[in-house]
Amino acid sequence: MDTDFLEISNGQALSREQIPHLTFDDFQKNAMKIVWGGGKIVQYFGYADNSIVKLMAVLRTDKLLVAGCDAPDEYPSFSNKCEPFQLFEREIAEQFGIVPKYHPWLKMVRYHPNSQGKKDVFGNDYTEDIPGNYPYYSVEGDEIHEVAVGPVHAGIIEPGHFRFNCIGERVLHLEIQLGYQHRGIENLILKADSKRLPIIIEGIAGDTTVANGVSFAQAVEALTSIQTDQGSRIIRIIGLELERIANHVGDLGALSGDVAFLPPANYCGRMRGDFLNMSLLICGNRMGKGLVRPGGVRFSIDDEISRELMRRINELEPQVEHVIDLIFSTSSVRARFEDCGIVSTSDANHLGLVGPAGRACGLPYDARRTFATEYYPGIDIPENAKTTGDVYARAKMRAEEILQSISIIKSLLKDTIETNCVDSEVFNLPSSSFVVTVNEAWRGELSHCIITDAEGKILRYKIKDPSFHNWNGLAMSLRNTEISDFPLNNKSYNLSYCGFDL
Amino acid sequence: MLNTLKNRFEQGYRTSTYPKKTVELVPRYRGRPQVHKNAPSDLVVKCAAACPQDAIDIDRKLINMGRCVFCGICERISEGRFISFTRDFGYSVAEKDHLLTDGEIPSLADHARQHFKKLFGRSLQLRQVSAAGCNACEADLNVLATPFFDLARFGINFVASPRHSDGIVVTGPISRNMKTALLQTYEAVPDPKVVIAVGSCSISGGPFRGSPEITEGLDSLLPVDLYIPGCPSHPMANLHAFLKFFK
Ligand code: SF4
Ligand code: SF4
Repeated sequence: MDTDFLEISNGQALSREQIPHLTFDDFQKNAMKIVWGGGKIVQYFGYADNSIVKLMAVLRTDKLLVAGCDAPDEYPSFSNKCEPFQLFEREIAEQFGIVPKYHPWLKMVRYHPNSQGKKDVFGNDYTEDIPGNYPYYSVEGDEIHEVAVGPVHAGIIEPGHFRFNCIGERVLHLEIQLGYQHRGIENLILKADSKRLPIIIEGIAGDTTVANGVSFAQAVEALTSIQTDQGSRIIRIIGLELERIANHVGDLGALSGDVAFLPPANYCGRMRGDFLNMSLLICGNRMGKGLVRPGGVRFSIDDEISRELMRRINELEPQVEHVIDLIFSTSSVRARFEDCGIVSTSDANHLGLVGPAGRACGLPYDARRTFATEYYPGIDIPENAKTTGDVYARAKMRAEEILQSISIIKSLLKDTIETNCVDSEVFNLPSSSFVVTVNEAWRGELSHCIITDAEGKILRYKIKDPSFHNWNGLAMSLRNTEISDFPLNNKSYNLSYCGFDL
Repeated sequence: MLNTLKNRFEQGYRTSTYPKKTVELVPRYRGRPQVHKNAPSDLVVKCAAACPQDAIDIDRKLINMGRCVFCGICERISEGRFISFTRDFGYSVAEKDHLLTDGEIPSLADHARQHFKKLFGRSLQLRQVSAAGCNACEADLNVLATPFFDLARFGINFVASPRHSDGIVVTGPISRNMKTALLQTYEAVPDPKVVIAVGSCSISGGPFRGSPEITEGLDSLLPVDLYIPGCPSHPMANLHAFLKFFK
């Protein structure tokens, strides 16, 4: 493609001078052209450089493309013509007070004042501490009623607010308001001691600890030219795949519970724990906290642990297979899963859905294939894609990935894994540099980006959780769906609140 | 039907016999820290400097379990000569002072509020509030409902409405945006009520301390009765604390 954006590879360190710094108009024209041509947005964010606000975009085709520009105080919104930018533009408006004029849906993202002390774009008063304090999209008419759910939900789950506009049982529109989990992570990283960074990163989203840890470590390694050994690359993949399996197994159980088929709900709950306990066996923490650090991993998988992992996996694999078979061969389950919460391939493409949610709608993108890192280039990841875009497809996608991940781990455990463990290496980042990393977390494409200043201090740390793309997919699934099918659809995505809210 | 039965048979009976028989966790699990007071001061200083949570009190040679994320870096650096982690998950405390410890942790049962034991010992309904938790502490509470732990066999349940509950279990560093919802949930619980802080975040702000978007310590907002440290606390630590405190 003919573009002014620069082609880069995943996890490639660049000096900031190498990144094309375009005029705003050229930046906008090029970015839109790439996205119209089928490109997707990996990152698009603002950052303040000596009190000048600048913009940076990383787009993807089958390559990664990057360019930046100075941010005008206000500009005609891209989203007006090219919707995939809408949430990114709102985030930039919230974080830096830059106004995207004529934005079709300019509402806050996480409910916090901007970092530049500029006038609030949304006219919010932040002494009132309720993100939901805002006029929701509402449908009018005699038969219309609204249902408000959250932020505190019925179960043990994270907070968020869901506002349904319904006609009878049928949902016409679901609006999702997040921000309750906002901890100010991106700003905290800028002022925190570097020894704290891995701990903060692992707290972005506990169910995605390993993927975030890996994304951070890769970024630091690229910038500092630290090499990792093969053993640590293998252990990282084992950690990532265990994370994927545990979450998918748990969600299959939850889905089964939501259609009142209780046996698999209980079995999956137990088996999920067994996979988490494998992470515990490796690194002493069920969520994999503490496993990955810049330079490698902190815990080895010696032959004894490897044998024990293999033994546990061999014991679990048939049980997992049989429970999956039980779920998908039960007609009452299929009756509820099939045709429920459909998102068409073209809508999914438009929304830029990623991960299993995207693959369930026929978008085969998997960062493990397209932008393979660590030991993934040596592993054959099947091209997974379904086309029906319903709960069934999302559940089936998860089921298939569980079995694939199990066989990946088994193949990696065949040989002895040798690695030199690292601990809490201190690292100094180079000045005026840039790096972006992309990994396939269990929910989909996760990306971290670091920009450093002239002293090598972190000027911007940008995190994009896959949920940033996918929450709108859930809202779309609910269109014309019975409100009673909300929990089922919600579980089929199981998106991250804290990963989104940061 | 046959398939259902076959699966049932294959899955077997999974509920642990805890507390009758104790549960052994794996060697790399980091539970109650043990401080070795005879460690040389320079080693203590080195550990404190490397501790990502600034959880080590150099002068008194103590560890603050409310801040600690049990990463084990201090143990690695000192090769276990200053701090070593035991596999004991019974480290929860009822008094804030007990969080700062050399590893000799006062028995939770002795410090439990006796009136709670009387009121809730046979039936305890809890409302969980995730206040910006990273979903790991939440997950390791949720898991108590699965067959291995089976919390309900002790008469303890997590319920949907605060009005049906005897107290709240709070996770996360209480973001500014969740504060009102948390306080309203607390208000909605009928008196007398218990407040339990689970995880480094809710006890001290955890990994997020220093951010203006969070609250450093649930006890600055509400009276906390039970502290369960960890990042996240292992489900066995949660179960142990609930049983010792209420039974
Ligand atoms: S285990 Fe706790 S005290 Fe030790 S270094 Fe980690 S956070 Fe600090
Ligand atoms: S204490 Fe640790 S595991 Fe628990 S919510 Fe905080 S960051 Fe997550």
